[in-house]
Amino acid sequence: MLRFALTRLSLVVPTFIGITLLVFVLIRLIPGDPIETMAGEHGIDPARLAQLRADYGFDQPVLVQYGLYLSRMAHGDLGRSIVTHEPVISEFRMLFPATIELSVCAILFALCLGLPAGIIAAVRRNSIFDHGVMGISLTGYSMPIFWWGLLLILLFSVQLGWTPVSGRIAVQYFIEPVTGFLLIDTLLDGDFGAFRSALSHLVLPTIVLGTVPLAVIARMTRSAMLEVLGEDYIRTARAKGLPRFRVIAIHALRNALIPVVTVIGLQVGVLFTGAILTETIFSWPGVGKWLIEGINRRDYPVLQGGTLLIGAIVMIVNLLVDVTYGLINPRIRYTR
Amino acid sequence: MTAGAFENPDVAAGAPQHPLLEFWFDFKANFGAVTGLAVIVVLILLALFADFVAPHSPIVTNNAAFLKPPFWQQGGSIAYPLGTDAIGRDILSRLIHGARLSLLIGIAVVTLSVVAGTILGLVAGFFRGVIEIAIMRLMDITLTLPSLLLAIVIVAILGPGLMNAMLAVAIVLLPHYVRIARAAVISEVSKDYITAAKVAGAGRLRLMFKEILPNCTAPLIVQATLGISTAILDAAALGFLGLGAQPPLPEWGTMLADAREFVLRAWWVVTLPGSAILVTVLAFNLLGDGLRDALDPKLKR
Repeated sequence: MLRFALTRLSLVVPTFIGITLLVFVLIRLIPGDPIETMAGEHGIDPARLAQLRADYGFDQPVLVQYGLYLSRMAHGDLGRSIVTHEPVISEFRMLFPATIELSVCAILFALCLGLPAGIIAAVRRNSIFDHGVMGISLTGYSMPIFWWGLLLILLFSVQLGWTPVSGRIAVQYFIEPVTGFLLIDTLLDGDFGAFRSALSHLVLPTIVLGTVPLAVIARMTRSAMLEVLGEDYIRTARAKGLPRFRVIAIHALRNALIPVVTVIGLQVGVLFTGAILTETIFSWPGVGKWLIEGINRRDYPVLQGGTLLIGAIVMIVNLLVDVTYGLINPRIRYTR
Repeated sequence: MTAGAFENPDVAAGAPQHPLLEFWFDFKANFGAVTGLAVIVVLILLALFADFVAPHSPIVTNNAAFLKPPFWQQGGSIAYPLGTDAIGRDILSRLIHGARLSLLIGIAVVTLSVVAGTILGLVAGFFRGVIEIAIMRLMDITLTLPSLLLAIVIVAILGPGLMNAMLAVAIVLLPHYVRIARAAVISEVSKDYITAAKVAGAGRLRLMFKEILPNCTAPLIVQATLGISTAILDAAALGFLGLGAQPPLPEWGTMLADAREFVLRAWWVVTLPGSAILVTVLAFNLLGDGLRDALDPKLKR
């Protein structure tokens, strides 16, 4: 098992180096010297410019610059935002919990609906329910979620007035961030009004971000269940008179979940893509909205640092999924 | 969705059918796929004849008709069947011209991606070693970064605009085609017919494109069809974020971005472009699923 984990890890390292290279190239390819961009339009004293260039190592050969970049990165220095002058990494750390909170809610929403829908669709194959679930999930999969969000705002916030249009919590509440997750922080404060407010702000973004994973999970669960339900051991379980529910929920589901777990793990990238759009629509103060603002303000350190961190996180999650997959499915461990 | 393919009785009697005929027989039993194909044909016709079908120009503004509702609502007129936007442009005409743009985006992006991806995949499969490792690691990086984030990074390097957005989406889609082509080479290259072709004196290029490539056309076609829907969706998302097609181009995502601030006052400027994206993407996904079911022998009984 350890060997399996190490092999996987050794595959991840070159990918990470590749991402650092991509981000580094991004710095070099963008028109204009970063120092000049920092100096702004007011111009800069030539001596000061040369001084800054030397400080940041821009007068060195490109390879040395890449080395400097790597060593700064290893020390947790990803540069400072051109707009706010805050270190990129601390801005990321401040905003990331909001994205996590939204993503976790979205994936839970997708699981709670997608797993049962997929299982029932497989058990009642070719029924109206099955066709309905597959039709809806293909629609969800094809959904432009930035439009889906606007539609939900139009219906629930504007027409019905049930949910707020944007933000994470109503302005009158101030919650001292402890974990950064508002649902938890408000409960720690014992402020139920604030908790309700945070919850009502979460509903629509959760649905929007959860739509694509929901569609994928429902489809995957259905096809995995269909495959498992055709196996001999299921017929044996049925033949020895086990209750139908036990056969489906225990015997079949356990094996069907193996591919589903992988698919859930692979949703991390999808979730980030969705988070960029969802956070933009709902003005959700997370990493996705921060990145889009960064690019609109030409705040390149934010874009570079954010890309690197998100790439690293996706890679770590994929690695964990891979290793978990090896844990729950020994066949994988031994064949590779 | 796949129901039709399974209910199909095998046509066993008589001479074996022509493969294309057999494919069509499987395909047309799939209601969803045929619907998707029909929608796509309509969209292509609309796109081709946009200049004749659209009642107005997609970019000419009319100062007398700001945010006019569709004709069935009070204040609407049949002159603007689906209403006008905030600066008095006919929504229907913009949607029709948008179909031309979206189909072009989808087809151009996927063509670029399939051609480049297939060549890279064939090369990676043929010349193992350093070249293969370099290509596949590069693809791993492209797959690791969330697709929209990678597209945004590429657009940040190249600058916003429709062309650059299309290039970005083409790069994002690349790994799928590389993997399919490489897998085909690796599974085929040791088979007897390849050895025979080698003995007969076939060169590398001939082996790659004439002998091996036909073995992966089916998955490539399926993946390309599904890729068109991804390309349209991603390009619309970039347009929505202000990084893709720029106004006044009637691209559906860009139209939605313009419409965002009117969500409270004019439902039609928001709902219609999004429905157009959804219907188009859904049609290509239905077609892609249908093609996969009809082309994949493993799914057939």
